Amino acid sequence: MDDFMAARSQMALSLGFHIIFACIGMVMPFFMAVSHFYWLRTKDEIYKNLTKAWSKGVAILFATGAVSGTVLSFELGLLWPEFMKHAGPIFGMPFSLEGTAFFIEAIALGFFLYGWDRFNPWFHWFTGVIVGVSGLASGILVVAANAWMNSPAGFDYVNGEYINIDPVAAMFNDAWFSQALHMCIAAFVATGFAVAGLHALMILKGKNIRFHNKAFKIAAIFATVAAVLQPLSGDISAKDVAQRQPAKLAAMEAHFHTEEAAPLILGGIVDEEKKEVKYAIKLPGMLSFLAHGDFKTPVTGLDQIPEDEQPPIAVTHYAFQIMVGLGMIMLLISIIYFVALWKKPEWLTSRWLLKLFVAATPMGYIAVEAGWTVTEVGRQPWIIHGVMRTADAVTPMPGIIYSFYMYTAIYVSLSIIVIFMLYRQIKMVDKLYDNQP
Amino acid sequence: MIYVVIAFLWAAIWLYLLLGGADYGAGIIELFTSKSNKERTRITLYRAIGPVWEANHMWLIIAIVILFVGFPEIYSTMSVNMHIPLTVMLLGIIARGTAFTFRHYDAVVDDMQHVYNRIFAYSSFITPLFLGIIAGSAVSGRIDPEATDFLSAYIYSWLDWFSVSVGLFTVTICGFLAAIYLIGETDSKEEKRMFVSKALKLNIAAVVCGALVFLAATYEQIPLLDWVFGNIYGTLAIIAATLSLILLWYMLYKGESKGIRILAGFQVTMILFTTTYRHFPNIVILKNGGYLSLLEHRGHDKSIETLGWALLIGSIFILPALFYLIYSFQKRKANVHG
Repeated sequence: MDDFMAARSQMALSLGFHIIFACIGMVMPFFMAVSHFYWLRTKDEIYKNLTKAWSKGVAILFATGAVSGTVLSFELGLLWPEFMKHAGPIFGMPFSLEGTAFFIEAIALGFFLYGWDRFNPWFHWFTGVIVGVSGLASGILVVAANAWMNSPAGFDYVNGEYINIDPVAAMFNDAWFSQALHMCIAAFVATGFAVAGLHALMILKGKNIRFHNKAFKIAAIFATVAAVLQPLSGDISAKDVAQRQPAKLAAMEAHFHTEEAAPLILGGIVDEEKKEVKYAIKLPGMLSFLAHGDFKTPVTGLDQIPEDEQPPIAVTHYAFQIMVGLGMIMLLISIIYFVALWKKPEWLTSRWLLKLFVAATPMGYIAVEAGWTVTEVGRQPWIIHGVMRTADAVTPMPGIIYSFYMYTAIYVSLSIIVIFMLYRQIKMVDKLYDNQP
Repeated sequence: MIYVVIAFLWAAIWLYLLLGGADYGAGIIELFTSKSNKERTRITLYRAIGPVWEANHMWLIIAIVILFVGFPEIYSTMSVNMHIPLTVMLLGIIARGTAFTFRHYDAVVDDMQHVYNRIFAYSSFITPLFLGIIAGSAVSGRIDPEATDFLSAYIYSWLDWFSVSVGLFTVTICGFLAAIYLIGETDSKEEKRMFVSKALKLNIAAVVCGALVFLAATYEQIPLLDWVFGNIYGTLAIIAATLSLILLWYMLYKGESKGIRILAGFQVTMILFTTTYRHFPNIVILKNGGYLSLLEHRGHDKSIETLGWALLIGSIFILPALFYLIYSFQKRKANVHG
């Protein structure tokens, strides 16, 4: 592995690590706010305990997210100084606003975590909502900055100079809305399914059933509603990518040859040398439909993209297939859950439905990671699409590989500790949060 | 607008040094507390910084965002030549933040606590040490953007006596701030006495390290004496800091425990003022005698303009909320957290 690949790997690792905690920070506050609301309304102790139990977990995850986010703000410069030198002033607007949002989130979290029995109960509840709202705002802003790399705006690039800079136009670039929408919903899907799955597992084990049932229901409803909405936002994203980054779309679909009535490829093995996908199911015309809204319009293939401007095809394609596949499975589970809620209440207490949710526990996060792989790898070889190559942005410092090993070791051990601690939290529910049989 | 942005940058560094510094200092004190007192120190410390530590560390993020949006060339030069100390500092930040949270939120209290404690205390020492090293290196004139060999580009840019002394000085200042802060956070007489003695030791250590900084500067041929005493404001600031130190010990002797915070904060402010005033607007001195200047090496006007507005609007939201947070969790209003 050379230094350039090491730098990319370290960045991917850091983002991939941070994003899980970021999603939790964006979503869990809303789950807690619902449970907290029920406590204040019904005075049923179980909701108070549930809110507290969740908030303990969130404190652990939030701290991990905060420090890994701090690291990222430095890593941008440590790994990509040439990029930040030019891009910083252009796409810095969302970052400076994000600083404010994150700050407010940290302040509100201080009130929320340490404010039990100390403030007016509704003020305390409100600080929890603020944690969620500012977390969501942070997420949207950071994604808007990423969207700028896919869809550069707010400057003119003339003879290697960046002129006529307009940070506001850069923030509201063409991709910000579709990307931010897709990410926010994804955060709800991923966190919702993960939380619902964990509580479903505890119900199946027959522990603290009333407690876990309440938790499961809150998480499952958020998760399933989001999972149903997600394909719609995915469609907006796909049409947007088709227009702005045809190379990325072609790589996502492993669409080698430009053609009319382009087929949608499901599964299969990509052969980059022979420029084909073996053993795949092909749905004729579907790709044209998904990308452009009718079954005939030609879709740009990789043959129209110069070789040195093509992203890695196999990785992008597989990641995309994983994301969509898992999304479909979660959509199906969601539909089953809705049917159960409306028509078949007996399903709600059945073990197979819970088992489905347990099986889906990691799916949302895997889909999130896969989705980011599509976005980031699909943008290569560019760091600023069409303007600056990633290879030209990397730090001149040699030996990044060691830095990559070190970060890998740290993030792996942190992950293990966090999982270990969450396991302990769940194990202690009996003693700490739910004394009833 | 550029001056608004620079004021915010200075304020962010200042607040990070005061609030974040006291926060690090709490860990440094824990590191140097005898075994028998450690547990109680930990409880006081948690009550004092638990609710506010994440907010305290936001100032670093604000400073870094201001740098990369407003002064991209300074940010990228520092990122390249300070890669190693910045990385060590980041590791410290990761280790410290997670260990602090983990030890208080781990549902089971067992041997893992020792691991968290140790990581927390050591990283509380290492992080400000490297922050100080980076700050020292910025003015030591060792950063050489043209260097091609590894050692002079990435190692000697920060590894010298002067920068390391500044690092140690930073550590002692953080510890001193924390000791002064903690005196007002405890009710127990015995604990108060312990923090007073810690404050005294750290104060002496800070004076020694401060002298070390001047010695190292002389050795490295950095005209620090001239920077500090070569102008009337620097000299006045140092005199004011010294007088306030005397006042502080007098008040402490009288048993005052809240007013001394303002005095300690004032001293640190004076030190930061002296060290930045003379160079303004330059914040990095390069090996070839050149400078990176906040005025000359700023980003595009439009970027500065929007950054300034974002900061102004942001502070309308942040500052009242932050003051209310710190006010709400002052010791006297606090019940012990369960």
